[in-house]
Amino acid sequence: MDWGNIFGNAVGEIISPTTAAYALAAIGLGIHFGYTGLLNFGQAAFLLIGAYAFAIPTLAGAPLIVAILCAIACSVIFAFILGIPTLRLRADYLAIVTIAAAEVVRYIVTTTGLTDFTGAANGLSGFKGTFAAINPIPEGRYGFGPFSYNEYDWWVRIVGWSLVVLASLLVWLLMRSPWGRVVKGIREDEDAVRSLGKNVYSYKMQALILGGGLGSIAGIVFILPRAVQPANYTTGLTFFIWTIMLLGGAATIFGPIVGSMIFWVVLSLTQGVLYGAIESGALSFISTTQAGQIRFILVGVALMLLVIFRPQGIFGNKKELSFSV
Amino acid sequence: MIAGIRLGRGVRLTTMIVAALALCLGIVLGSTSFSANATETPAPTPTPTAPGDFTNTYSIGGILRDGDTLVAGAEITVEGDGFSETATTDDTGRWSVVVPGKGDYTVTLDPDTLPEGVALRDPDRSSAEVSSTEWQTNTITRSFPLGVDTRQTTGFFEQFLQRLAAGLNFGLLIALAAIGITLIFGTTGLNNFAHGEMVTFGAIVAWIVAVLLGINIFVAMLIALVLGGVFGYVQDWLLWRPLRRKGVRLVQAMIVSIGLAIALRYLYLFYIGGETKTMSVGLSDAVVLGPVRITTGSILSMIISVVVLVLVGLFLTRTRIGKATRAVSDNPSLAAASGIDVDRIIRIVWVLAGALAALAGVMLALYRQVSWDMGFQVLLLMFAAVTLGGLGSAYGALVGSLVVGLFVELSTLFIPADLKYAAALVVLIVVLLVRPQGILGRKERIG
Repeated sequence: MDWGNIFGNAVGEIISPTTAAYALAAIGLGIHFGYTGLLNFGQAAFLLIGAYAFAIPTLAGAPLIVAILCAIACSVIFAFILGIPTLRLRADYLAIVTIAAAEVVRYIVTTTGLTDFTGAANGLSGFKGTFAAINPIPEGRYGFGPFSYNEYDWWVRIVGWSLVVLASLLVWLLMRSPWGRVVKGIREDEDAVRSLGKNVYSYKMQALILGGGLGSIAGIVFILPRAVQPANYTTGLTFFIWTIMLLGGAATIFGPIVGSMIFWVVLSLTQGVLYGAIESGALSFISTTQAGQIRFILVGVALMLLVIFRPQGIFGNKKELSFSV
Repeated sequence: MIAGIRLGRGVRLTTMIVAALALCLGIVLGSTSFSANATETPAPTPTPTAPGDFTNTYSIGGILRDGDTLVAGAEITVEGDGFSETATTDDTGRWSVVVPGKGDYTVTLDPDTLPEGVALRDPDRSSAEVSSTEWQTNTITRSFPLGVDTRQTTGFFEQFLQRLAAGLNFGLLIALAAIGITLIFGTTGLNNFAHGEMVTFGAIVAWIVAVLLGINIFVAMLIALVLGGVFGYVQDWLLWRPLRRKGVRLVQAMIVSIGLAIALRYLYLFYIGGETKTMSVGLSDAVVLGPVRITTGSILSMIISVVVLVLVGLFLTRTRIGKATRAVSDNPSLAAASGIDVDRIIRIVWVLAGALAALAGVMLALYRQVSWDMGFQVLLLMFAAVTLGGLGSAYGALVGSLVVGLFVELSTLFIPADLKYAAALVVLIVVLLVRPQGILGRKERIG
């Protein structure tokens, strides 16, 4: 078994753009669930909307900034559509409606009738030009050991992680502000906040928009190293983001970031070890495909154990995260 | 003292979960190549090309059939990334193309090579796409529905009736599974996201018994029903009851059910593989009732669904346990105070829900074959049905299911068929907008 290679791959996941994208999405979900107490099970839809609303204008020739603004605008509109019917209802209704809305959006981009716009099941590719064009790093290969990438890969990583830092800073500042206190109050006791004369509905909507906006930016970061594929945006994506958020701690600043790093490092390690064991003949009775499936069985089990035994996650404070329903 | 008790419970819960996991792992490791045996289409066994290379053999394949007749001699071309190869279906209707890697491919059936009298059901669907992200498994299946081209030969009214029959069948089938969801929600407050996996469980059991072991489908249905009930009981015993004792909150429990759903789903994938399994048990003969063409399987499934639904209705209204169930649904504390053993009722509800979900799984398998994620595909429709009808109301679930089933099928008259599930979910959102408590729900439940 090539341990050097296995660990190299796993360590590389720490700063990979995918890890950054999941961290961003988890930060957004943290605003929804961790701070405001909204059960959003449709975060994948925000990533999808970010991805398509960035890729479609870019492919149509729009400049980078327009494409990004378009992605954010679309996620705001989607948050309104999602929030208006559901934010007045009990938490578990929001869960069912968000998950349903996320599937609706995915069905729509996959339908063959829209092939000219969304590429249907094939998705979209070839939208990296405008982002690569503003890359200040000269062509070449940089880095050492497992962190050796070309100029585009470094550029994606730098931008992705800068966005993660900015988003974390934003959440930290917001949650120390009066706005953050109201939002946390809604999580603890909605009626109490309402009796203080605050418009709970409006605050919930703002939180939904903010977290969704971060989700759409995560969607852009997610597609920069790959193509847009509708099959990536199933409910599975949402559940992985939930696992990451709960792993690190829902109402924490560093939780989503560390959660994302641990999630991807562990996935990469288990894959490396299982494949290595199969290759060396120690696990001769399963195929590499089945090894990939074992990892997801483990994700499901980990999610269950986490929620039962340590719902506040690694960094969380048990008082801060009381599942209110 | 209190801490001691809590710790005791915690340890007990841990032991149970560890035991359950050990069981799962034991099953995983113990079954050596069950999936290889179980696969109906003997997929090319994954052979590593060279030591140190993880590459497996990837293939796209399927079975071409017109009803129960297997179609031989048809040509199917797989293209993509500069690769192109044509396969011809053999005497058993099977075709398979080994592809160079996990890429994007286009699969095209040449309609001219089909035998006389056989045509694509939808002439526009002569090709299908395989996307590179679908390669969870080594083999990907593509099927081309054959039969009479219904779109050209029938008018709007005939099509409407045809869809109406299909919608009724689908709605009744969803109702079977959804009543379990609504009973569990009513008695425990849990939104069980792992319910879809209970449906898949029934389908897989029936497939193993009826197709692999070749036992009569009705016996298979009965076995699936019983094992489904056992599955529900074991779930409650190993997981949900300890969690209730621990005082786990509802949202927490809901996320646990999501974790369970993910774990079970991939466990199924691990065992049976990613190919769609055909449920060829000889119930696909078409019966023509006036303008409606329907399979015997569908008629049977509708009859069984109606009978079982009536039985469940009688159980809930006429028997002591049924009445107790409704009492627990209404107000658990009051029910407990009046001498009802709430824990026992919840256990019965889990057994009932498991059995009904498994039965629905068998029907779904007859309606649309067996695959590892089939239950999850209909889970949201079941939730939509339950929410539409009003969470916690058993009759509401029935009404909601029929609405969803009819809407899914009838919507295809106006919108593309690949958006039919989306349409049903949009209806869910719209109904919540105008009548949040659902059609038969009570207002206090929405909080």
